[in-house]
Amino acid sequence: METPILIIAIGNDSRGDDALAPILVRRMQNLDNAEVEIIEDYQLQVEHVTDLVGRSAVLFVDADVSCDSPFHFSQITAAHDNSYTSHAMSPTALLHAYRLVYGSDAPPSHLLRIRGYGFELGDDLSDEATANLEQAARMIGTWLADIRVVEE
Amino acid sequence: MTNTSKSLETAAHPENLRRVAIDPVSRVEGHGKVTLLLDENDRVHQVRLHIVEFRGFEKFIQGRPYWEAPVMVQRLCGICPVSHHIAASKAMDMIVGATLTPTAEKVRRLMHYGQILQSHALHFFHLCSPDLLFGFDSDVAKRNIVGIVAAYPEIAKQGVLLRKYGQEVIRVTAGKRVHGTGSIPGGVNKNVSVEERDYLLKDIEQMIAWSKDAVGIAKKLFEQNLDLYNNFGTFRAHTLNIVRADGAMDLYHGGLRARSMDGETLFDHYDYSHYWDVIFEDVKPWSYMKFPFLRSLGPETGWYRVGPLTRVMQSDFIPTPLAEAERKAFIAFNGGSATGATLGTHWARMIEMLHSAEQIQELLLDPDLQGSDLVSKGERQERGVGVIEAPRGTLIHHYKVDENDQIIRCNLIVSTTHNNQAMNEAIRQVARQYIDGKKLTEGLLNHIEVAIRAFDPCLSCATHALGKMPLEVELLDVEGSRVDMLTRSSDGAFCADC
Repeated sequence: METPILIIAIGNDSRGDDALAPILVRRMQNLDNAEVEIIEDYQLQVEHVTDLVGRSAVLFVDADVSCDSPFHFSQITAAHDNSYTSHAMSPTALLHAYRLVYGSDAPPSHLLRIRGYGFELGDDLSDEATANLEQAARMIGTWLADIRVVEE
Repeated sequence: MTNTSKSLETAAHPENLRRVAIDPVSRVEGHGKVTLLLDENDRVHQVRLHIVEFRGFEKFIQGRPYWEAPVMVQRLCGICPVSHHIAASKAMDMIVGATLTPTAEKVRRLMHYGQILQSHALHFFHLCSPDLLFGFDSDVAKRNIVGIVAAYPEIAKQGVLLRKYGQEVIRVTAGKRVHGTGSIPGGVNKNVSVEERDYLLKDIEQMIAWSKDAVGIAKKLFEQNLDLYNNFGTFRAHTLNIVRADGAMDLYHGGLRARSMDGETLFDHYDYSHYWDVIFEDVKPWSYMKFPFLRSLGPETGWYRVGPLTRVMQSDFIPTPLAEAERKAFIAFNGGSATGATLGTHWARMIEMLHSAEQIQELLLDPDLQGSDLVSKGERQERGVGVIEAPRGTLIHHYKVDENDQIIRCNLIVSTTHNNQAMNEAIRQVARQYIDGKKLTEGLLNHIEVAIRAFDPCLSCATHALGKMPLEVELLDVEGSRVDMLTRSSDGAFCADC
């Protein structure tokens, strides 16, 4: 039996604001492990479809250089994403791959994009990103409370 | 077979040429850029692959205590963190004067072959198979992972599960899927329990069977497109790899072997702890990435190729039965034509994947994995060098540590740096074969990218914030002003000025 809620945090601690997602989820280590599983990774790849199986809700968290600050939160669905991006996949393309691999839709999924600014090796989180992180953390708390109510 | 001259590296009269930049190269980890200088008749005069490398990392690691290095270096690369984890650990073994216990060495080997398996699976099934199965000029909307899943669902699914299996091997041996801590200076911090062993053994026969099938696919693709595969981006090169004391393929440990493009052994079983006596790095003003060369041959002609093609060709044998049979077939095929072909790399890579799956099975059946003697130490040294054969080729980590246990110097020569000149040779050859004198199209430009992807270059900054990876092709005049521009949009289509 899989843990019902999966949060996938994408980013690298040592690359400035790319650490936004890992830092955010590490603050959530006190969550009920029976309800929420957290996976950290540098980037999404096709094998992550196997992590989505059996979940009731999935949240992807990533730093973003293009969204408005402090963050952008949205429900996402499978999309035929043909962008040539290197070894990484977008969350929507991953949901599409899930559908093709398993023949059914992936669990309901959301994407939290937190605005980041600098990604240089060895940099700390920027002040602006730190402020965005605080607001994103409050939003995640609300989202988790809401979906738990729905599940009950 | 073509010459290996450096023609097309620098145009004689660049002032009257137009410049085409492919930036970044797609499905390549990190940022790559190719520039071509063309005249008014679309004749190619200069081709260069530029890559922004992570040289800053060597500064980043300075000042840190040596025991942190095996963990910190994983942040260098989101694709091959385990390779850096192990290479740094081997260097730190020298620092602490350790001779590994059987358990420690076998746990590390298991981790390493898990990494090779998952990396090769991703590359073949999901990064290159779109080109190989659909063709280099095929519909751009198909030429990606999603297209593969739709057209070849079983192949794509096998790729997913092979990669997942390799990562489970890593999780079991390193402790975590990412940020693993399993390998430490002088050994490992955990063994493999009976339960973990049985968990991995359960699926290994299937992984071996799928890997064998994958070798068959790679071979069939070569057979069906013999002329293309023999000649596409093909060039002659010296080679470098490590081999076991008896000459066998060993991706974890061995001595350095270099052979000339004519097959002459330049050095063999060379102790890598003094690699700088035989390998040196050249700098060119137009690239951030260094150009390593064999000292005895000099910077102009001493460049070489590393990676699967070299390893399969230059190892005397592969010490697992199925992969060894495939190696023999590979070398015998069509008079040996695949062994020098750039696209033969895909076939060689699958032979290595099969070998890795066999090695994993062999290691899982070894009771030393359950041993409890995990760490050793000896006389402390100030210098440590760790070398492995990473998925993409030879990987060198070199550190100097002071009396306060702080790292004061670090030099990394990663596989893609070793292959820098070789990749440039490949794309120049493709430019001669396919682009020279022709009107540029997306399909033709993809030929350049296909040649680069054969090397599976990894230049990861391990940063992948959303929105950071656009693909643009710019036509610039000699002053650098933009004349025209193509953008590859999110649906895969090219459009002008969009």
